[in-house]
Amino acid sequence: MATLTEAPPPLSPPAPARKPPRKRGRMTPYWLLLPGLLWLVVFFALPMIYQASTSVQTGSLEEGYKVTWHLATYWDALSEYWPQFLRSVLYATAATLLCLILGYPLAYLIAFRAGRWRNLIMILVIAPFFTSFLIRTLAWKTILADSGPVVGALNTLHVLDVTDWLGWTSGDRVLATPLAVVCGLTYNFLPFMILPLYTSLERIDGRLHEAAGDLYATPLTTFRKVTFPLSMPGVVSGTLLTFIPAAGDYVNAELLGSTDTRMIGNVIQTQFLRVLDYPTAAALSFILMAAILLMVTVYIRRAGTEDLV
Amino acid sequence: MTVVNWFKRHLVVIAGLLTLGYLLLPNIVVTVFSFNKPKGRFNYEWQQFSTDAWKNPCGVAGMCNSLSISLQIAIWATIGATLLGTMIAFALVRYRFRARGSVNSLIFLPMAMPEVVMAASLLTLFLNLGAQLGFWTILIAHIMFCLSFVVVAVKARVLSMDPRLEQAAQDLYAGPVQTFLRVTLPIAAPGIAAGALLAFALSFDDFIITNFNAGSTVTFPMFVWGSAQRGTPVQINVIGTAMFLIAVLLVLTSMVIGNRRNKQKA
Repeated sequence: MATLTEAPPPLSPPAPARKPPRKRGRMTPYWLLLPGLLWLVVFFALPMIYQASTSVQTGSLEEGYKVTWHLATYWDALSEYWPQFLRSVLYATAATLLCLILGYPLAYLIAFRAGRWRNLIMILVIAPFFTSFLIRTLAWKTILADSGPVVGALNTLHVLDVTDWLGWTSGDRVLATPLAVVCGLTYNFLPFMILPLYTSLERIDGRLHEAAGDLYATPLTTFRKVTFPLSMPGVVSGTLLTFIPAAGDYVNAELLGSTDTRMIGNVIQTQFLRVLDYPTAAALSFILMAAILLMVTVYIRRAGTEDLV
Repeated sequence: MTVVNWFKRHLVVIAGLLTLGYLLLPNIVVTVFSFNKPKGRFNYEWQQFSTDAWKNPCGVAGMCNSLSISLQIAIWATIGATLLGTMIAFALVRYRFRARGSVNSLIFLPMAMPEVVMAASLLTLFLNLGAQLGFWTILIAHIMFCLSFVVVAVKARVLSMDPRLEQAAQDLYAGPVQTFLRVTLPIAAPGIAAGALLAFALSFDDFIITNFNAGSTVTFPMFVWGSAQRGTPVQINVIGTAMFLIAVLLVLTSMVIGNRRNKQKA
């Protein structure tokens, strides 16, 4: 994208040129951009500014709010709700890791092993999107029901004893515990992990695997040294696409969890829509945004991929 | 020994299929429980086989109404977001202009923002402006968050387009409008269609942003959310199953048509 010095077009046309040298209508791009960008500025950027100003207001619903630069709201919000913040990060991290572990084999299967089943499996991954995700999340209530087969099996295998000791479940129940919430989050955001993983796996040249095999690499070594590093762009964008929405989600915690599993999204929702304490709610959502932006920046630096967008 | 070897060789396939099962399990449960006849208000335990809900899908007060509101919003949001998004995508790929970087990040940010943050800030704006929450505020919000996804989908397609096709059209004396309508648009169509489909699905299914900005308007996801507290009618499962089947059928038909076209060309 950086080399913009107008080179003369190559005489023998190789691969399709990516940069069309079109000059006509200098204003055309701006006219094309105007309506959409205006929409984003008015309904995305401007609201952020309004929210920033709300977060430093004081007052009450009856008497109205005034900007008083009351920054203590941030401190109060953080000191009161830090457990929910921490929980959001923990749950979202657990769900993201689970998505990666569960999603990778499926993405690999579609990319390299599915053959003529590839399209069918792709459809089965995408089609659940069209059943309302709330309905599907509610279905987990049936699956994890106290008297259901899943809880029965886990109980017989004494898995629940272990998870109970770890604090992931409580007693003979899975519903209304952290395990249920993480399970729901993992389920809801799994396709967002699979699709980018698949896209980056599919781009890998199959001959690289053969070459690795010719050089006496075991399948595991091939995976570790060739496949996985080459799929890093997919891993990075997949983890971001799962972590960010999972950290802000309040649906899973509400439907599958209990008051002990409330995440920061639940708090923001309650403050905004039920308690009507707008400054606190605005401050909370700004802290959430800042925390996520910070984590994402650090993560992208570490993972070292820039071709995300 | 051979069993262990077989297992080893197919480990990826087995693990992948297990994940696929995990993904589809709720859909199977939703389908099975659409044939249930629950005793209480909640449809969480299997009682008895019945096709009552399928025979009378609109038998629940308010559900089909919410469904129609969701459909209307999704259709208008799709039209709006696809139109605005396609224009932005063309501008970004086909033209070089200043502020491209900042435009790109303004497109990227809504996708990288937790929904609850966007929802809350939009509500702050509407409250400050004194706007009446309802159909229009939901539509505005949906167009806003669908836009970026359309841009990404269309951009991917336009990027892979060979610009020489358009040059060829112009060499054959096609005017700019003709070139656009008969060459550019047909080639970009799959990308635009993908963007539109994505926008429709995102809008139809959105809960978090709608929950904040709906006022007293009830969309289908809002109806499901409310029923989770009051008692879930079996009809919700019927709609869920029908939506899944329609989606699979639509994709399958489009694939069959695509295959046939490819064969005709060959």
